[in-house]
Amino acid sequence: MPYIPHTEEDRREMLAAIGVGSIDELFRDIPEELRLKEPLDLPPSMDEYHLQRHFFQLAAQNRSSANALWFLGAGLYDRYIPATVPAVVSRGEFLTSYTPYQPELSQGYLQAIYEFQTMVAHLYGMDMANASMYDGATAMAEAAIMAHGLNGRPKVCVSSAVHPVWRQVLRTYCWAVDVEVVEIPHSDGRTSDFSVVDDQTACVIVQYPNFFGVIEDLGAARDAARAAGALFVVAADPTAMGLLPPPGEFDADVVVGEGQPLGIPMGFGGPLLGLFAFKKQYHRSFPGRIVGRTQDKDGNPGFVMTLRTREQDIRREKATSNICTNSALMGLCATVYLAALGKNGLRQVAETTVRNTRYAIGRLTQAGARLRFDGRVFGEFVLELDRDAEEVQRRLLDRGIMAGLPLGRFYPGMERCLLVAVTECRLKDEIDLYAEELKEVLA
Amino acid sequence: MSRTKRVPDMRLMFEKSRMGRVGCNLPAPTTPEVDLEQELGAVRSDLLLPELSELEVLRHFTHLSHINYGIETGFYPLGSCTMKYNPKVNERVAGLSGFAGIHPLQPEETVPGALEVLLSVQEMLEEITGFDHVTLQPLAGAHGELTCLMLIKAYHESRGEGGRKVVLVPDSAHGTNPASAARAGFRVKPIPTNEDGLTDLEALKAALGPDTATLMLTNPSTLGLFERNIAQICDMVHAAGALVFCDGANMNAMVGTTRPSDHGFDCMHLNLHKTFSTPHGGGGPGCGAIGANELLAPFLPTPVLVRRDGKAAFDHDRPQSIGKVSPYYGQFLLAVRALSYLLAFGREHMADISRHAVLNANYVQARLKDVLPPAHDRFCMHECVLTAAPYKKQGVRALDISKRLIDYGFHPPTNYFPLIVPEALMIEPTETETKETLDAFCDALRAICAEARENPDLLHDAPTTQVVGRLDETAAVKNLDVCWRPS
Repeated sequence: MPYIPHTEEDRREMLAAIGVGSIDELFRDIPEELRLKEPLDLPPSMDEYHLQRHFFQLAAQNRSSANALWFLGAGLYDRYIPATVPAVVSRGEFLTSYTPYQPELSQGYLQAIYEFQTMVAHLYGMDMANASMYDGATAMAEAAIMAHGLNGRPKVCVSSAVHPVWRQVLRTYCWAVDVEVVEIPHSDGRTSDFSVVDDQTACVIVQYPNFFGVIEDLGAARDAARAAGALFVVAADPTAMGLLPPPGEFDADVVVGEGQPLGIPMGFGGPLLGLFAFKKQYHRSFPGRIVGRTQDKDGNPGFVMTLRTREQDIRREKATSNICTNSALMGLCATVYLAALGKNGLRQVAETTVRNTRYAIGRLTQAGARLRFDGRVFGEFVLELDRDAEEVQRRLLDRGIMAGLPLGRFYPGMERCLLVAVTECRLKDEIDLYAEELKEVLA
Repeated sequence: MSRTKRVPDMRLMFEKSRMGRVGCNLPAPTTPEVDLEQELGAVRSDLLLPELSELEVLRHFTHLSHINYGIETGFYPLGSCTMKYNPKVNERVAGLSGFAGIHPLQPEETVPGALEVLLSVQEMLEEITGFDHVTLQPLAGAHGELTCLMLIKAYHESRGEGGRKVVLVPDSAHGTNPASAARAGFRVKPIPTNEDGLTDLEALKAALGPDTATLMLTNPSTLGLFERNIAQICDMVHAAGALVFCDGANMNAMVGTTRPSDHGFDCMHLNLHKTFSTPHGGGGPGCGAIGANELLAPFLPTPVLVRRDGKAAFDHDRPQSIGKVSPYYGQFLLAVRALSYLLAFGREHMADISRHAVLNANYVQARLKDVLPPAHDRFCMHECVLTAAPYKKQGVRALDISKRLIDYGFHPPTNYFPLIVPEALMIEPTETETKETLDAFCDALRAICAEARENPDLLHDAPTTQVVGRLDETAAVKNLDVCWRPS
């Protein structure tokens, strides 16, 4: 039987040592009528070779970034993953370890988490960062709940140019604890009218760059939050931090983000990586784990999980969050990614993205599409077409191009709009091809 | 006597940095240069990331892996965590580009293979738990708990019983239970455990009332014991108009042997990263599928994956849904791994999981009970909870025994949990361990118990075999250092 090492003799000896005649006797506490009498109705077991073949077949049915020219982003990006990343994270000492509750046996992971926290804090220009959350969406929801917990105010104000799916998650989290979610409207793809923000507002949330790729004016959002005495929360793309001034320079209280672009596959949306950075003054209130540097009694430096009294296993219903398992391994991906790229590499990725984006805007608007929003963008932009964007997407996919995200499903009235992402992986020729095919499709 | 000890290079990656190095041959730009200030408005001046060569990056992390311990390093009997073997074939198939390179917002018709993976896992879990409705959207165990509690909240509200604000949680429960209850807007009322290690029925009866929303029950309990009165407990809670949630952290004791839905539970969560062998990854990612019955089905998070004309499809039309608890369809690449694991066992072998998990736990308990008495002297399920209380008079605590185990080459069991057992050592061997490994572990613990009587300082000073000894956790809080900065 797979993965179970017991021989007939093992079982006999073990049962004898326990003092029973059969494994069934060990289950005597389960009332007879609750025990299954028949094997479950499941598919037959598969050997390793046939398992692989089964999955090869399933995987082959999907259209992936390996067999289409990829311009779909919307928060998750087809960025290059250096070979070092999977080489490191597949090491069994990392992959198959548990949460580092026994620090003496877990110094390697603890140090990596400390390095992760350091890089996230620096990327966002913040004092500190935690050891990760599930993903960007739940990290943003946690930030809102944290703000509510700190100032007790009953509503959160979120820009409608924040990722629509993230806002859906925010609504669910807030509903559960009776916090109202109010949307700040965007105009021309930018958040500028903060009149819904008032003294009942726990926090103001904007995205940077926002869902449309537009670089928000963080100063204006901060001023609105400060005027109302609300916390200022920014959801920021980590790759853009290679070039953009970080939210910390705009006095953000909390910065969250989706860490997927940092060496993690899109993976149909999971597992992802929630980034969560904050000002030092919130070090008793933030959710999730954090690792700190300390020493043993001989003065050797070492790392431990710290500020533990906020956490669920100690504080139970008074904990700052219910999160336990986080996204440590994806955090390790990001740590290796950022170590490999370093300062110059991340800048290069960001700069190539900006160049490709500028070039794509030029070529695609020449091909018959219009730019929906003016204003500065990073890596992504909204095209307005003369026809239904879903139809254009389908037709371009027939030509091998994953053209972007049709926006009608998230923004009524934007049925002819397509959100296009251009990462550092796209070549000039590929962008040219997209433009040529688009021209034909629109003709 | 003393050997020269190699001093490992404990520098942080930032301290190895040298200006100008890059550790990856990145995609070169092919499009025209741009004026970055003009494009972006402003460009940041500082970016504090290390600059390392590719080989240095690998050496850095290879070194870190050498001072870390995983299942592949050795036995990992951490109670409540189900540290079983994570098969390699699962990793291989999860890395296929047809899974790793797909996007959750691409058209549904372009990912039939992915939907089939998700639905297959869903259907197999439905059969294993007995619940008619499983969703993989929750991202971890605590997230699954939270989702179930949201379903329960929505259910009561839909019946005009939004006043049911109290969640009953046994005192032996995981901390995530009360924390999740708070996050779903509930108040928590603890329920004591009786002297047999089971839910105190009298106390439960007294606690149930018109304000009760649900009972969160871990079965088997964190004491490693099956709630013999589970059917009666569920009846009592239902009679009070409340629902019963099963914390499925201990599903490894039940797979193929008994089904939580048959016990009377209304919903449950599963930890696919425990029971179904997706790697823990040093604390995540998890995968927190939930199962629910008909009462709760209308409230499931959107979208719900269904089979239509034999094909997997998303149902977005769920007017009573609580909404989304996570952005997409859960931890897809972990679902791939879980499916690979489930299919390897299949109909013929599924029950072998729980049967050997329970066999191994009872074997360990039997081999240790004269030196480390069980908290309750009965057959346990997939884990045993022993107490180190007899050694307290020598000044030896459970933690000391655990730390000494490290010197013997083993990962310690869970300490001081459940909270109601003094000096608890919670041991979960899992089914993937050999008798020889269990024997070596039991021999080590027996030797340590002898040391505890004869030379307790050996335990107090442990571990001495690692790069660090016991670390000063108080100092870590007092001199908080969670982010490196250049001096």
